[in-house]
Amino acid sequence: MRTAKWLVPTLYILFLMLPIYWLLSMSFKSTNEILGGFTLWPRDFTLANYTKIFTDSVWYNGYINSITYVTLNTVISVLAALPAAYAFSRYRFLGDKHLFFWLLTNRMAPPAVFALPFLQLYSAVGLFDTHIAVALAHTLFNIPLAVWILEGFMSSVPKELDETAYVDGYPFWKFFIKIFLPTIAAGIGVACFFCFMFSWVELLLAKTLTSVAAKPIAATMTRTASSSGYELGLLAAAGSLTLIPGAIVIYFVRNYIARGFALGRV
Amino acid sequence: MTLELRNVTRLVGNDIHIFPTELKLADDGFNILLGTTLAGKTTLMQLMAGLHRPTDGEVWFRGTNVTGVPVQKRNVSMVYQQFINYPNFDVYENIASPLRVAGVKDAEVKKRVHAVSDLLRLSAMLHRRPAELSGGQQQRTALARALVKDADLVLLDEPLANLDFKLREELRDELPKLLAGRGCTVVYATTEPSEALLLGGHTAALEKGRVVQFGPTGSVYRDPANLSSAEIFSEPPINRMIVHKEPGNLVAPGGERWPLPATLRDVADGQFILALRPHNVTIERRHEADVAMAGQVVVTEISGSESVIHFEMLGTTWVSQSHGVHRLAVGSIGNFFADLDQALFFSPDGTRVKGGA
Repeated sequence: MRTAKWLVPTLYILFLMLPIYWLLSMSFKSTNEILGGFTLWPRDFTLANYTKIFTDSVWYNGYINSITYVTLNTVISVLAALPAAYAFSRYRFLGDKHLFFWLLTNRMAPPAVFALPFLQLYSAVGLFDTHIAVALAHTLFNIPLAVWILEGFMSSVPKELDETAYVDGYPFWKFFIKIFLPTIAAGIGVACFFCFMFSWVELLLAKTLTSVAAKPIAATMTRTASSSGYELGLLAAAGSLTLIPGAIVIYFVRNYIARGFALGRV
Repeated sequence: MTLELRNVTRLVGNDIHIFPTELKLADDGFNILLGTTLAGKTTLMQLMAGLHRPTDGEVWFRGTNVTGVPVQKRNVSMVYQQFINYPNFDVYENIASPLRVAGVKDAEVKKRVHAVSDLLRLSAMLHRRPAELSGGQQQRTALARALVKDADLVLLDEPLANLDFKLREELRDELPKLLAGRGCTVVYATTEPSEALLLGGHTAALEKGRVVQFGPTGSVYRDPANLSSAEIFSEPPINRMIVHKEPGNLVAPGGERWPLPATLRDVADGQFILALRPHNVTIERRHEADVAMAGQVVVTEISGSESVIHFEMLGTTWVSQSHGVHRLAVGSIGNFFADLDQALFFSPDGTRVKGGA
């Protein structure tokens, strides 16, 4: 009985980590070794894959591009969602519940539906192949998500806090920035995390709206696979690096993530 | 001159939250808003503070019409039932916040925060966050913030309701002392009649968005103008019975004839609602004139030195409140004695009937 106590979690973590281990292990192997046979760990350990990524501008620009539009998108989404969420949480107005639900339905449409109209529209206004184009396209599903998450966090703050501040003499904006935003800081963190993640993993719109100047890393990865034969080691290294930003962001909001998945509702 | 509501009405959508209300608060002592939940106490306070605009009517304060003046521009403070403090500020900054917004100089802020925190015994925890305080300390912080700015109007919305019994008693004793001599109008909302009586001052009895009576607390209690007011001001709930007055007699629904109490002597015959507070219905006969009534015991609640017995009689449940411990088995028939000289009589529409004595 005693052994079973640690056995189950150990097996769980083992299964969970296996694919990630495999990816990491591949990233330190040469393509020949990967294709050559079954090895549990790198026989001839190499950093060549990583060196290539950090020296070849096609590769590292992919990361810079992705991080640029993801950051832009996160900032735009959260800034736009904050006043919207406040309105939904604090005021009753005509059609508020329908509008609130309609926001969420935006998440239900597959991005493929919007790929073509977006490509046409963004080209027409000269935004094609820019970071802001991808950032704006991703707000389609990130603003609704951020509004829902923030609304949940805001609604758990009693309305009396607002009233107390007004009674104390705070004008609205001063209250909102000095008192309200710090109060829901955890919610803002979680909203940022989700916007970051969804923008980071979205490939279709990002690929469609860019060609060279703003090409995301995921697009670079898929292109390499098709053109210059099998560069599996390189791809594994790129994949490993792609995991890092998410891991960093998740660290900061680890205590609030569950509430984020519940869209801020307790 | 103090706060005056002139024909103030509040509608939300098509719901009437406050019916047209005329109310002129007292200058000194507490103005108590007494009523159950949803009676409109909080809404009325929000109207007084200026957090909401009345749909109709005017709010006057010290001789000026302040109806359209936003709350930030009025010198009011408010304390809620939930302990509301700014979670990201420490206690010192929480208390200082109204002064900071008003642009008071640092030295003056420091002086005033320390003075008020000494008064409320918060000096030892000025650098803690509200979340690290006990409920009582959190509410003290909220009170300190309300007192530090020398508001002209202090609104206390059930400030003690979420505190435990000991703290509630303690703070209830302190509150009038803290607020005395500040030259402010104080409004205090509560659901508990006993709290209203302990705090004294004036009381407005509220029912479903209407002020049914306003006057000195003691006289509203002793001399309710209508049935609603008597019901609001009775805990446990006041007993009611429909009786007929005929010459020289009072006829109960069961046909018993009781001697006519002095209150009804000069009144025309007819139907009345008899209302009797539970402490006037006892298990032991206390006066010669007490009328006896038999009822089936529903519940017996014994609280230390008092017995509250609910019994059913002629289809209605009555409550008796007696000194001492009386254990009556549920379902048994008990004899109760009612002191009809203490009874209040109302005409069928609820207005008070006073005659003779």
